[in-house]
Amino acid sequence: MSPIVRRLCQLSILLILPFMAGCDLVVMSPSGDIAQQQADLIVVSTVLMLLIIVPVLFLTLYFAWHYRHSNTKAKYDPEWHHSTRLEVVIWSAPLAIIIALGAITWISTHKLDPFRPLDRIDAERTIPEGTKPLEVEVVALDWKWLFFYPEYGVATVNEMAAPVDRPITFKITSSSVMNSFYVPALAGMIYAMPGMETKLHAVINKEGVFDGLSSNYSGPGFSHMRFKFHSLNEQGFDGWIAQVKQNGTALNRDAYLKLEKPSEKEPVRYYATVEDGLYRAILNVCATPGKMCMDEMMHIDMMGGAGLESHENRDRLKYDGGPIDINLRGHGEEHSAVEPAAGSQSTKNMPAEGMSHGNHSMQGMDMAKGDASEAPKTN
Amino acid sequence: MFSNPDLLKFIFGRLTLESIPYHEPILVATFAAVALGGIALCAFITYMKWWGPLWNDWITSIDHKKIGIMYIILAIVMLLRGFSDAIMMRIQQAIAFNGSEGYLPPHHYDQVFTAHGVIMIFFVAMPFVTGFMNFVVPLQIGARDVSFPFLNNFSFWMTTAGAIIVMISLFVGEFARTGWLAYPPLSGVEYSPGVGVDYYIWGLQVAGVGTTLSGINLIATIVKMRAPGMSFMKMPVFTWTSLCTNILIVATFPILTATLVLLSLDRYVGTNFFTNDLGGNPMMYINLIWIWGHPEVYILILPAFGIFSEVVATFSGKRLFGYASMVYATCAIMILSYLVWLHHFFTMGSGASVNAFFGITTMIISIPTGAKIFNWLFTIYRGRVRYEVPMLWTIGFMVTFVIGGMTGVMLAVPPADFVLHNSLFLIAHFHNVIIGGVLFGLMAGVTYWYPKAFGYKLDPFWGKMSFWFWFIGFYFAFMPLYVLGLMGITRRMSQFDDPSLQIWFVIAAIGAGMIAIGILSFIIQLVVSYIKREELKDETGDPWHGRTLEWSTSSPPPEYNFAFTPVVHDHDSWYDMKNRGYARPLQGFKPIHMPKNTGTGAILAALNIALAFGLIWYMWWLVVVSFVAIIAVAIGHTFNYKRDYYIPAETVSTEEGKRTELLAKQV
Repeated sequence: MSPIVRRLCQLSILLILPFMAGCDLVVMSPSGDIAQQQADLIVVSTVLMLLIIVPVLFLTLYFAWHYRHSNTKAKYDPEWHHSTRLEVVIWSAPLAIIIALGAITWISTHKLDPFRPLDRIDAERTIPEGTKPLEVEVVALDWKWLFFYPEYGVATVNEMAAPVDRPITFKITSSSVMNSFYVPALAGMIYAMPGMETKLHAVINKEGVFDGLSSNYSGPGFSHMRFKFHSLNEQGFDGWIAQVKQNGTALNRDAYLKLEKPSEKEPVRYYATVEDGLYRAILNVCATPGKMCMDEMMHIDMMGGAGLESHENRDRLKYDGGPIDINLRGHGEEHSAVEPAAGSQSTKNMPAEGMSHGNHSMQGMDMAKGDASEAPKTN
Repeated sequence: MFSNPDLLKFIFGRLTLESIPYHEPILVATFAAVALGGIALCAFITYMKWWGPLWNDWITSIDHKKIGIMYIILAIVMLLRGFSDAIMMRIQQAIAFNGSEGYLPPHHYDQVFTAHGVIMIFFVAMPFVTGFMNFVVPLQIGARDVSFPFLNNFSFWMTTAGAIIVMISLFVGEFARTGWLAYPPLSGVEYSPGVGVDYYIWGLQVAGVGTTLSGINLIATIVKMRAPGMSFMKMPVFTWTSLCTNILIVATFPILTATLVLLSLDRYVGTNFFTNDLGGNPMMYINLIWIWGHPEVYILILPAFGIFSEVVATFSGKRLFGYASMVYATCAIMILSYLVWLHHFFTMGSGASVNAFFGITTMIISIPTGAKIFNWLFTIYRGRVRYEVPMLWTIGFMVTFVIGGMTGVMLAVPPADFVLHNSLFLIAHFHNVIIGGVLFGLMAGVTYWYPKAFGYKLDPFWGKMSFWFWFIGFYFAFMPLYVLGLMGITRRMSQFDDPSLQIWFVIAAIGAGMIAIGILSFIIQLVVSYIKREELKDETGDPWHGRTLEWSTSSPPPEYNFAFTPVVHDHDSWYDMKNRGYARPLQGFKPIHMPKNTGTGAILAALNIALAFGLIWYMWWLVVVSFVAIIAVAIGHTFNYKRDYYIPAETVSTEEGKRTELLAKQV
């Protein structure tokens, strides 16, 4: 939407809520182009609805006052209960507004679909030829955030950074329960779910440090599942990557499995190197040794299933713990079951061809893009 | 013998002494208060020798009026519990700043917000609404009771049993820490192995039986038992909204039941419908629960719309504007409410076309809803509005609800929802429509029909106090949440880092305090009105110059409601009868065939509590025993042939004679 709308937005905030001048309405004045368009949409829909809300509020108060019992001058017509003309108006006025809003909704929902790659940096600038988006793979852990930067081979916990004006492609998953990835200044939220991948395309237009958080309740440590999003210029970002490489440790499976255990208020951590395929393993819920990756299971299913032998895979498909022995679980030890189930490895390996196909999204999360419903490629 | 651990485990399942939260001072104090209050109440009932009447006239009663009143008492009691949870949350969020953890650790806080949502929806709003439908609908359609009076009693006690199961979790074990819809995998046995989610599941399952059966009952009543002459398009609007609500109940509650059955199979027998393991899919649960959950919102709001329609016509002294369009709007909302569930999780990542479809269907609902608002508006137009308390609630509703509707349409635009979902803006929105819509409607309804139920009006001073504290308190409590939502603050947080937010939470807490005064005023109103009942007495049966058939009976109505079934000629039948100079029949009374009270409903519900308790704590012997007992009692009841009796013509004659004398005094 246009600068006029933005001006209108600022104006309406000034008019309606003058007492809030001091507070930071990050949703209404964000720093990323996607979030800005979403904020504009809030303003446009509000203004459209005020066209009908304001007269209704006015008429309610006016009628309520004018037709009070003590006002004997007001006309009283106890049998008046129908007027075709009025009926047409009261059905068609909201209808007209909803048609307008519906059209805006259809267009903006497609344009701002988080799965859709960006086509501009902000309202004035398009993306320069040859710009490669920054790819960030996000994992929601109990209760912290893990970020992989595949292009740079590094990873971080509870802190992320991105260069200003460079499109970012987030690939988002979770290790155990549902969370939601949300940086209000950057763009809207999207759920992070285990065994599945969601995507978010966004760009940040201003330098600064912004809040990021989980916006979907995920258990006792949820309130502190927050991180800082650093928006830096080119040099700043390179410096940040260098810093991560310099101060970081190695993130291999063992380190990941330790990190994955539930913990709260986790400090920022840097990882200078990342084991190959770790994100893919997390996404396919097979970071724990001996587990069958979901893409392998999906491949077997696509090929018609493994028949009677499939029961031998059962243990390898139990991602969250051992057999469910309810009597052993006491009161309050909520996450004892999350520990990697050692000793449950299956001895029999599955056909190898299932392991090697690519990094496709799971379970239809990419319906809009159509790249998830494809049959897994075999080689 | 008791040192044998196997035996202890057999008897108590996983229930141990540690399950009793005696180390939590808040809960111990609550328990002490509840226990003392309970003992005092029992002692009082014993002293007054009320146990017999309580059992014979109320607990076993199959009279729709008494069952309706009991539903509403249940709702008010549970409102106190649900509101205590609310005020605990508001205080926690107002103080948990600058590194302070507040006074509720996450373990407790997470139970509080879950319990608040579950209790307010299932055990406050639902019984309140069902109570009104039970009390009012048969009177409005000129019937003597509902179609299946025993089923009605059973439904009520099952709802109460569900509430009791949830209340037990306060003192034995814990409640779910999952949010009020218990999304898996968090609510699965891997991540919530304790009893909390099991309390949630069985509380809702037991209450769900009651809700579904009462829905069937009321549909049958409205379709089959209308007075002669009352065609569908002459039904009072409240009856219409009740019909639509009950159709929604019957069509959606089975989905909730099935969804919770699947979740309990995951938790109890190791299936994998919603787990991460073995091909389970939590997204399926989220779809299913909202396919129930969205129509549920309309189950609550439609009867409230009905109440406003009755109140606005009565107190404007004018027939409702646009009756037909009101009916069509109600039916349109009923159908559309099935086509919008996905707007509760646009952010789960469906494609743009799917999101846009559900966004637009959601907006379309605002068209019939808007038409309704206009209809009430034009009912006031050229009316002569008496500002009694029910009318205040109605005007308060019209002003508040349009704001909630507006923010609702904003949330229906998917890209806007991406920044507002799960934020405090969303919380403010749904409280705006549920308090400003449902609760205001229910309070209007209480004041409006109270004289019909008890024979005296409610004291207007305390009613006005209650209204103004609720009304202003609501704005103080929830407008700050809209602002916080726009500041990017999300729901279910127990602690905050940013100190600049604190002021908003403090304002919200003050608002909650004002609402507390509003609730207190309502309780005082009940007491004061009881004390002043002679002064506030209604002897005409028609204290508000009503328009529908319930006002043609005495207040309270006789057990049989109508000595003769009324004959209906027009909308607003009672207004029409009054205009045409209707004369009450004074003789020729006949014996009236009535259903007989039975204790089976209460007994079955009690056994269901035992069954649920056994299932929650894995006391399998209790499960088997209570299940067998339920089947036995249910079969036993079919052999009870003493189900009806006749009120002799003389009794009817005496009752009606008394009313004739009272009416004669009025002239």
